[in-house]
Amino acid sequence: MKLSKNFTNPLAANNPVIVQILGICSALAVTVKLEPALVMGLSVTFVTAFSNLVMSLLRNGVPSRIRIIVQLVVIATLVIVVDQFLRAFMYDVSKQLSVYVGLIITNCIVMGRVEAFALANKPWDSFVDGIANGLGYAFILVLVAFFRELFGSGTLFGFDVIARFGYENNSLMLFPPMALIIIGCIIWVHRTINKDLQEK
Amino acid sequence: MGLRQIVDKIKPTFSEGGKLGFLHSTFEGFETFLFVPNTTTQRGAHIRDCNDIKRVMIVVVLALVPALLFGMYNIGYQSGIEEILPAFWFGFLKMLPMIIVSYVTGLAIEFAFAQKRKHEINEGFLVSGLLIPMIMPISVPLWIVALSTAFAVIIGKEVFGGTGMNVFNPALLARAFAFFAYTPKMSGEAVWYAADGQTGATALEQLATTGEMKWSVMEAFIGRIPGSVGETSTAAILIGAAILLFTGVASWRIMLSVFAGGLAFAYLFQAVGVDITMIDDAPAYYHLLVGGFAFGAVFMATDPVTSAQTNCGKWIYGFMVGALAVIIRVINPAYPEGMMLSILFMNALAPLIDYFVVERNIARRKKLIKNVK
Repeated sequence: MKLSKNFTNPLAANNPVIVQILGICSALAVTVKLEPALVMGLSVTFVTAFSNLVMSLLRNGVPSRIRIIVQLVVIATLVIVVDQFLRAFMYDVSKQLSVYVGLIITNCIVMGRVEAFALANKPWDSFVDGIANGLGYAFILVLVAFFRELFGSGTLFGFDVIARFGYENNSLMLFPPMALIIIGCIIWVHRTINKDLQEK
Repeated sequence: MGLRQIVDKIKPTFSEGGKLGFLHSTFEGFETFLFVPNTTTQRGAHIRDCNDIKRVMIVVVLALVPALLFGMYNIGYQSGIEEILPAFWFGFLKMLPMIIVSYVTGLAIEFAFAQKRKHEINEGFLVSGLLIPMIMPISVPLWIVALSTAFAVIIGKEVFGGTGMNVFNPALLARAFAFFAYTPKMSGEAVWYAADGQTGATALEQLATTGEMKWSVMEAFIGRIPGSVGETSTAAILIGAAILLFTGVASWRIMLSVFAGGLAFAYLFQAVGVDITMIDDAPAYYHLLVGGFAFGAVFMATDPVTSAQTNCGKWIYGFMVGALAVIIRVINPAYPEGMMLSILFMNALAPLIDYFVVERNIARRKKLIKNVK
């Protein structure tokens, strides 16, 4: 029961991007096309899951005064693994994502989950929490990228979808401000559905 | 039976609990459109005159009419029709669909939001709906007009809470949306002409690229030059400005300081001798005649919602609008027209200016008290 709630909560009701407003920077940068957005989302999921797992295993052995350094070492190691993997097997996407893979280290979601959850919970719970938060982030990224690629380029995953019907590309969609507006609209819809999130 | 009686008779149907009660804000909108509301303030001391937002907005629309009429004539004139009336009629037929599309889209969204949120219909769109087609090139497709109007009303206005709450001028936001989303349809040589196959740079573009324009100063002042519908005729815009100033609807401080800021920076650039654009060869005051400078100064920068509210703030705000417009025109080669971006930018800064003006005033008066003690 608790485990399943751990998993579903970050996907919607406590989504890291649209409720906690974390990880916005990369959400603006990598959502022009669906493919890099999806890869980015999965990379972050991998990093949050395993940094949570590792830190949860280490939680009783790390003195709290040096815990941030230990966390950074763990997260940085995982990010380098992801980066090298992408360069080896998905070079094109890796080039599109450029510095943003390396910048996963600074993504607030990763460190936030380690601090807030992994240090106080058992490894398996932490692992699930990491996956769920990563997927919550990935879901929003893919949603934003879906609208941006569809209306900005008329394609989805590079396949021509509506351009053939004489659709005129909206180049504003390719600019980062539009990603912010789309995230704003998602938050608008989300809060209309979840009334308890609305500020009084 | 007079109109008033008819309105009174059908009023219960549209009131709370009536058969069509869910439409009450729509009804209210039309009622106050026809008659000055006779409601009085119940509590507190208020001085109120009958000039509600609706009447203020109508004055602005009236002030826009000279520029609109001339713009219609100019559409025909630029398409090669020499006589006045046929040229006007040609332009009228080109312009009418744009105005209708802009009003229908914008008002439909406003009405929908008003019904949903159960408040009165905001009148602000009466002006925005006319401004939007006037700052677009005449050949722009109607769906772009509709899309950018919808964007401006929803993202620019309704998400902030409707008329009076918006940070940015909705009409300019519509233009900015269209400009960045569909750049090829909003700039270049072909978009300023209604007839197919006609092309030519606007006066501003000619000045920016070659340092001179093929029209005389007088023609540029009268407005027989290509450009967006409303912006070409400085003369017609000045008539509108006179109406706005005479009725006290727009702030003379802002208007004056926009022109002052523009002129000051135009002369400054000329004195320094920045050589990438028009400034070297053309007189500095050309800046005020070509492009959207005058139109923006009179109708956009003075928007009472998005401009600075304090008197001192208005001077700073206006001066910065004019100065930034010229800076963008001269220094940024990507945008020949700087007025739109400079006003939107200063819209964002206006609350900050007001904040510092108020803080300074408080500090000054505190010091005064200290000195007396």
